[in-house]
Amino acid sequence: MSNQPQSRRRTVITGIGWVTPLGHEIETVWKRLLAGDSGVAKTTHFDASTFPSQFSSQVKDFDFAALLGDELAKRHETASLNSKFALVAAKNAWQSAGLNGFESLDTTRVGVYLGGGEGPLDFESVAAAAIGGWETEDGGSLNSVKWAEVARERLTHMMELEQDPNLAASHVAVLLGVEGPSFNTLTACAASTQAIGEATSIIRRGDADVMISGGAHSMIHPLGVTGFNRLTALSTRNDSVQTASRPFDRTRDGFVLGEGAAIVILEELEHARARGAKILAEVAGYGSTADAFRITDIHDQGRGAVAAMKLAVEDAGLQPSDIDYINAHGTSTEENDKIETLAIRTLFGDAKSAPPVSSIKSMMGHLIAAAGATELITCVLALRDGILPPTMNYQTPDPNCDLDYIPNEPRKADVKTALSNSFGFGGQNDTLVIRKFEG
Amino acid sequence: MANERRVVITGCGVATPFGVGVESLWDGLTSGKSGIRRIEAYDPGGFDSVLGAEVPELKTRDYIPKNYRKSVKVMARDIELAVACAYEAVKDAGLVTKCIIDRGESEGPVTICPTRFGANIGAGLICADIQELAGSLQTSGNHDTLEFDFKQWGQEGMTTLTPLWLLKFLPNMLGCHVTIVHDAQAPSNTITCGEASSHLAIGEAYRTIARGAADVCICGGAESKMNPMSVMRQQVMGRLVSGHDDTPDQACKPFGPDTDGMVAGEGGGLLILEELESAKARGARIYCEVAGFGAASKITSWHEPDPSGRALSLAIKNALADADLSPDQVNLLCTMGTGINRYDEGELAGIRTAFGDRKNIPAIANKGAVGMGGAGCGSIDLAATTMAMHHNTIPPSKNASSAQTGGLLQFAESDPVDARIDVAVSHAYSLSGAQTAAVVLRRYEA
Repeated sequence: MSNQPQSRRRTVITGIGWVTPLGHEIETVWKRLLAGDSGVAKTTHFDASTFPSQFSSQVKDFDFAALLGDELAKRHETASLNSKFALVAAKNAWQSAGLNGFESLDTTRVGVYLGGGEGPLDFESVAAAAIGGWETEDGGSLNSVKWAEVARERLTHMMELEQDPNLAASHVAVLLGVEGPSFNTLTACAASTQAIGEATSIIRRGDADVMISGGAHSMIHPLGVTGFNRLTALSTRNDSVQTASRPFDRTRDGFVLGEGAAIVILEELEHARARGAKILAEVAGYGSTADAFRITDIHDQGRGAVAAMKLAVEDAGLQPSDIDYINAHGTSTEENDKIETLAIRTLFGDAKSAPPVSSIKSMMGHLIAAAGATELITCVLALRDGILPPTMNYQTPDPNCDLDYIPNEPRKADVKTALSNSFGFGGQNDTLVIRKFEG
Repeated sequence: MANERRVVITGCGVATPFGVGVESLWDGLTSGKSGIRRIEAYDPGGFDSVLGAEVPELKTRDYIPKNYRKSVKVMARDIELAVACAYEAVKDAGLVTKCIIDRGESEGPVTICPTRFGANIGAGLICADIQELAGSLQTSGNHDTLEFDFKQWGQEGMTTLTPLWLLKFLPNMLGCHVTIVHDAQAPSNTITCGEASSHLAIGEAYRTIARGAADVCICGGAESKMNPMSVMRQQVMGRLVSGHDDTPDQACKPFGPDTDGMVAGEGGGLLILEELESAKARGARIYCEVAGFGAASKITSWHEPDPSGRALSLAIKNALADADLSPDQVNLLCTMGTGINRYDEGELAGIRTAFGDRKNIPAIANKGAVGMGGAGCGSIDLAATTMAMHHNTIPPSKNASSAQTGGLLQFAESDPVDARIDVAVSHAYSLSGAQTAAVVLRRYEA
């Protein structure tokens, strides 16, 4: 291996920012996570009142102009919701890193690597074209000429543009004026963890000194919810929405869809030191694998998940026993939580040897492409404050899930290292390991 | 970086309007054919242009094992293109993968350990099959007012969609199907940056192998814009050429100026990137070496081209620096040449900045022949560049005029030109958004 930890460039986190269902400021959201608050409520983005899942974890009180500033908000006013989330999170992360107005920055050495989702479809226009283009004769079929007549009237340049998944990263590059490498990955629920891992690799290799990384996504739109409902992946506990997301609990029945953005500023250690930046944590290891198994199921022994965790721990130059905390993917689906548990057990030898594990999806819901970055920021805060966020709504033990899930109460713990997992549909496995920065 | 592992290209698989397989692309380009025709996938009558660049006669079952055939029903066209390209690339590289064994074409064993075999596949915004989606949506619509009834949809309408519907359209499903079929378990990434996707994916695969996280990566991209929704999106974004329905082979002129617009298309390309020692150990044919990669971001706008082409010049500069080469050493440049004047002007400015005083840079521009297929078009360009180097031939660039570039670029305008190519650069940028990337290929010398 060419990448020996002792010889390579080290990557640290010097800024964080997020827009989440629990709020838009780092400290407020962190307090709410430790208090076990839920961001879940009835869906209001559209009328979901007859859908199998009528609730979600929406971002609330999102005043774009107030959060980004009037002038910038006006410039980016055509941005889709997920891009707007990314812009606010990136601006706050940039400020927290002390890079706002930092004049000696070489902007060609600053890049962007996001796990950004597609922008929401202009749904009512698409539906109108579908309805208007439909011929009922002969069992029904779409007349593309009639379809086009409606579509050309209703679809607009700027809304169509915003659907491309690379738009959030593009808005962020323009906002902050950074000209380095720019990427967007969309590996489903693993995307922003993969983005941060790959951005770290870019810094290590020397292709950039600073990377703005993380994710942004909202699938709380009619076809997003439809798609997940048809897959029966979502909780349908409409009568108790705030306890619907219950990772690792035996009565779990699916995940709760969330939305938001989370951005970290990754920086090469010497670059950060030279400008006297406050170092929040070090990104120590990254592992990425494919299950190569089935598009609908996780590998039944968690083969890819075990391998991703193992690679990340090795990349950090650590042993599994050095890991103090695991922030689980923990979606609250039957399959994920069982197999993630099995994978963790496999890596550590047995359940007793595994460190405490929790899933903040019990409170946040599942932010899909943005989930991993949100969870990594949570790990940074856990290391900083020596306190682990709980897995809420955990009431009924599942014999298949036998780890210490930090149930329902936060826990003080002297944590030096944390591991964060993200697993995507189709068998995408990505793991990051961070550690307290100690010089 | 001198101490890094070297990476070579040992296989190319493409699906283009000339057919499936890299020979059909090379034959199409060198013979000056056009892949642009009236769209057959649907009736294009209601659009500004009826033209497209469709991949003919794609039979996905020819590229997968028999026991995987039932999965074809959950593959969007983009995924089918990727699966075809993957098989072609693996065969072209002489690799034995699980797919090859399962198809009965080899008794094994596999050439590459699955945990050392990665994938990095660029994908577009995959459009739902509008025929299928419209059939469902219209069940909950008022056919007079065109209003949509969410309550009806939630109660009943949505159940007309097949349960696995969403999985057809997730961008990472190109990579997932390919990694399942060929059993590639090392890092797998899906880059979604429009027309820059393939270059970014190939660049990242190159880095992944160089840093030691995999020995072989299947990488590139695929996308189909040959559906009403994708073509309409390009139309409302003002990118489609119009007025050439009767002269399809003249419709798209890279660097213009007497036409203004692109022809939407489809296609893909996947390359086999391999660590040099691994390729040598198995006696593989080496097409060329991946010598450098560079990327940059535009900061002037996320929706309009930058007339200065600064990001493109930075990407080329970074890629050449990475390869430890100078602009003077480049003897082939594969351009993007969209046919959309405002984009092509920015591209020329960026090239001019990157190459300083150079004139008559030998160049190719493929979009006049193969159209603009989105995330896959960059790897078609890289496959064409690889073939040009391999055959010591610069293929003609359909409808591209050297004079139009003010003497900056020198295209082969009607016939292929013999040329020894030691260093080639191919670049791409996203039409929507800010991503820009360049890849440097170098003749392989032991």
